[in-house]
Amino acid sequence: MSDAALVYVRHRDAEQNYLQAGHTLLSWLTSTDHKRIGILYALAITFFFFIGGMAIGLVRIELMSPHGEFLTDDAYNRLFTLHGIVMVWFFLVPSIPTTLGNFLLPMMIGAKDVAFPRLNLASWYIYIVGAAFALTSIFAGGVDTGWTFYTPFSTMFSNGDVIAAAAGVFIVGFSSIATGVNFITTVHMLRAPGMTWFRLPLFVWAMYATSIVMVLATPVLAMSLLLVIAERWLGMPIFNPANGGDPILFQHLFWFYSHPAVYIMVLPAMGVVSEVFACFARRRVFGYAMMVYAMMAIAVIGFFVWGHHMFVAGQSQYANLVFSFLSFIVAVPSAIKVFNWTATLYRGQITFEAPMLYALGFLGLFTIGGLTGLFLASVPIDVDVHDTYFVIAHFHYIMVGGSVSAFFAGLHFWWPKITGRLYSEAWARFAAIVMFLGFNTTFMPQFIMGYGGMPRRYHVYPPEFQVWHVMSSVGALVLFVAYTLPLVYLTWSLFYGRKAGDNPWQATGLEWQTSSPPPKHNFHDIPEVTAAPYHYHPWQQAPQARQHHRQEMQGETE
Amino acid sequence: MSDAARILHDPPWPSVPRQREAATFGMWVFLASEALFFGALIAGYAVYRVLYPHDFAIASQQTNILYGSINTGLLITSSFTMTVAVQASEARMRRLLIFALVLTAAIGIAFIAVKMLEYKDDLDKHLLPGAHFALPSAATRLFFGLYWVMTGVHAIHLAVGCLLTLALAWAIASRHEVSDSSKVSPIALYWHFVDTIWIILYALIYLPGRP
Repeated sequence: MSDAALVYVRHRDAEQNYLQAGHTLLSWLTSTDHKRIGILYALAITFFFFIGGMAIGLVRIELMSPHGEFLTDDAYNRLFTLHGIVMVWFFLVPSIPTTLGNFLLPMMIGAKDVAFPRLNLASWYIYIVGAAFALTSIFAGGVDTGWTFYTPFSTMFSNGDVIAAAAGVFIVGFSSIATGVNFITTVHMLRAPGMTWFRLPLFVWAMYATSIVMVLATPVLAMSLLLVIAERWLGMPIFNPANGGDPILFQHLFWFYSHPAVYIMVLPAMGVVSEVFACFARRRVFGYAMMVYAMMAIAVIGFFVWGHHMFVAGQSQYANLVFSFLSFIVAVPSAIKVFNWTATLYRGQITFEAPMLYALGFLGLFTIGGLTGLFLASVPIDVDVHDTYFVIAHFHYIMVGGSVSAFFAGLHFWWPKITGRLYSEAWARFAAIVMFLGFNTTFMPQFIMGYGGMPRRYHVYPPEFQVWHVMSSVGALVLFVAYTLPLVYLTWSLFYGRKAGDNPWQATGLEWQTSSPPPKHNFHDIPEVTAAPYHYHPWQQAPQARQHHRQEMQGETE
Repeated sequence: MSDAARILHDPPWPSVPRQREAATFGMWVFLASEALFFGALIAGYAVYRVLYPHDFAIASQQTNILYGSINTGLLITSSFTMTVAVQASEARMRRLLIFALVLTAAIGIAFIAVKMLEYKDDLDKHLLPGAHFALPSAATRLFFGLYWVMTGVHAIHLAVGCLLTLALAWAIASRHEVSDSSKVSPIALYWHFVDTIWIILYALIYLPGRP
């Protein structure tokens, strides 16, 4: 046998799949099965995605007029704060790790579950408790501090419900930490026989790198928010300038988490698209080892760049110099990854299924987001565009253009595995293209008006920016449609989609070797791994096009 | 009844030794997270102490070093009894293990009791930042703000440790857990970590400004 990568004998007996192992609500709410917990998380984050989306929808409607027609100043502040808090902590940070990561990580390494299944379930409940606090804060009138909770405004002057919101974020942080501890232990301790470190799929490496950042960065956020709560609620003067306290200290602690948090959001995305590009280009991932080192480098260097958020906050010029330099350095491994993805596509047998379209969208948008990040990493440009829409556009290209696109790529890629059903390929491609266009319509104008001086967080602005704001708002409407489409056709596929079969994409990887949906314990027998991942073609030979009956794969007649 | 009757291991694990190893490993990873949690607090303390060394020395002199020292002695002793528990677990000396765990938790509870006495003393001396704060210079309030947060967060950690230790002792006594349970080592690690944090806090809280 020429390229037998995985020696694995599958027993196709009548074992129940994980969805059939209990149909009651209680069987879901008490399940320690990583696959079910992944789905519990998916439901929760989808809810928050649309809450955060609605908040920004109102903001974009407001911004179509330069005079602040609909909302009061206070309501406007609360809406963009709500959008930020919900999207960062209740959607983006948990998005890929807790859903796709939970579902796939144990399967990809040939394990029956994560290392600590009960801790895994507990992490979901911790998330829900944190979410309850956040919702309480929303219904109690909201928070007007911005998602950054900057002191002394948050501790001394804000009249919003800061304590409940900060407590919600504090609590949800422990859900992150629990997930991180679980994933790290799982990867160290539960790899199947023969699954050496350098045979791990890049998605697993991405989860591992993300988990390290979660475990080491989140506690600092927890402490900084605890100090905010202690000051606001108990009157402990920690950051109060009247007592010699230093508000910049809060910013240091906050960004020590919140910059690495960007890598919590984007590293999983990098893992997803690595799998998708390899599969739909029928190519081994170019430079696998460098991809691994690059992800680990991003995770480590990402801890030493936080000061670039404080270039204009009174930080010393020497600190600015060092943080600027390190911020340029962290772009190097990201660039290595972009080049390696491109090289993976080179001379591949590329087909443009929906997951591939989303992943290609990621590649372009992430690159734009990364390059504009270099603008912001250089002090003189940052002094000019700090706190403008240029910054907003930059990080949305990374977090929405990058992470959310990749989340959809992964969702479509593994949907047949998770549900056992195929969605409508035509609708999925349509949504992918609409999402890409809508995204650029929303955020490209923000680069332009930001560079022109439009500050963030204002709803009354000089009329010359109106044309860009209107474009952006129209784009947001398109994005809303694009995000609603998958909700419809994916739900439809649950009931009417064709049976997917075990491996509709002819992808490599242990998760595709088991049935769809997988059995309760993933594998009948623990598989044994004998080769590196991505064996789409023999070494030194050109990749072959997928031998496949297209109709079967597409699910829908077109 | 022999412990060997209960050698079942939980689903994802191929063997009991592997599960034991993973539980300890997972705790190390969690303690790395905890180190950063306290690290952020200690970093804040360090910044303010560098900015206001004189005020921190004045404020520190107001703390009750007698209670603090008694508590340090208690916690070091509890680390010893916890070590006895780990050794007893490895040797499967069930009764010694239960005794050592209960004693450890008892010392932990004694620590919290002494801490409450100290808090009362602090309140009597008006060392809680607020309208009636006892010290005139502003930055002393920063010291006591951090003092209450640091000792409070530490006390919560210790209380969790006491609960875990007592729950483990109860589970072993009622034979829900075997003597060489995979939970002994992680809980002991956590306990030692909380002790270590206290030793650092002791130096930061009670020693500045004292000869």
